[in-house]
Amino acid sequence: MTTIEAPRTPVRPAPKRGVNLEKWGWIYMRVSGVVLIVLIFTHLFVNLMLGDGVKAIDFGFVGGKWADPFWQWWDVAMLWLALIHGANGMRTIVNDYTKPGTAQKLLKLALFLAAAVLIVLGTLVVFTFDPCPAGAPADLLPSFCAA
Amino acid sequence: MPESSAGTLTAPEKPAKQKPGGTLYRGREGMWSWVLHRITGVAIFFFLLVHILDTALVRVSPEAYNAVIGTYQTPIMGVGEVALVGAIVFHALNGLRIILVDFWTWATRHQKVLFWIVVALWVVTMLAFTPRHLINVFSH
Repeated sequence: MTTIEAPRTPVRPAPKRGVNLEKWGWIYMRVSGVVLIVLIFTHLFVNLMLGDGVKAIDFGFVGGKWADPFWQWWDVAMLWLALIHGANGMRTIVNDYTKPGTAQKLLKLALFLAAAVLIVLGTLVVFTFDPCPAGAPADLLPSFCAA
Repeated sequence: MPESSAGTLTAPEKPAKQKPGGTLYRGREGMWSWVLHRITGVAIFFFLLVHILDTALVRVSPEAYNAVIGTYQTPIMGVGEVALVGAIVFHALNGLRIILVDFWTWATRHQKVLFWIVVALWVVTMLAFTPRHLINVFSH
């Protein structure tokens, strides 16, 4: 009889009480993934396929979109859902390729900070954005600024 | 399973001859869909970080935003955008495949054919996107 050592990972049963965060993370990846397909495919279609595509994107283009609360909320939803989805996916990869310890904690802290800072930054940018900043050349601004 | 005591696993005296490839998982559709899902996911994550920062430049000035977004319209970046969209479309379609495999026993049994359906849908989507995007990038 040949014996091999048991895998080193100990059995870690899900806690019987309280919130099972790993389960909710698993559910989040699937729910946000489906929503993100709708949000991002539309984002790509509107910005890259319609009209002159990427060539038409400039300050005036963004200003024209974000003058409409519909696209403001669309982009903010993408921002939150995608960053949390991405950061959680990266956390899975960190768990797979590092062992518990300081390095693993630092990597996860970096992921958390990157996601948190960019969510705050992006949300502020979308909702405090001024499509017609004073003193800017008129030819760089959305057409409605002249009115 | 043969008898096993706590802390050890028992293996048969003479293990069946195994080829290094061609097992259930290794080198097959299941493995490659996982590998591609990881690689595309990491690539999209890092693009997302950059994309939020470049978009945030609209809050600095129209000139600053236009200068940076102008680099997205160069031929090299235009080709890069095909790669980016390709990564996103694969990650999206394979993500749907994962959800189906998780929740639907038929899909669990047919995960291999579902992988090839993902590949086919990816090809169709990219055939629709790539020519139009490259015409936009290389003309005007």
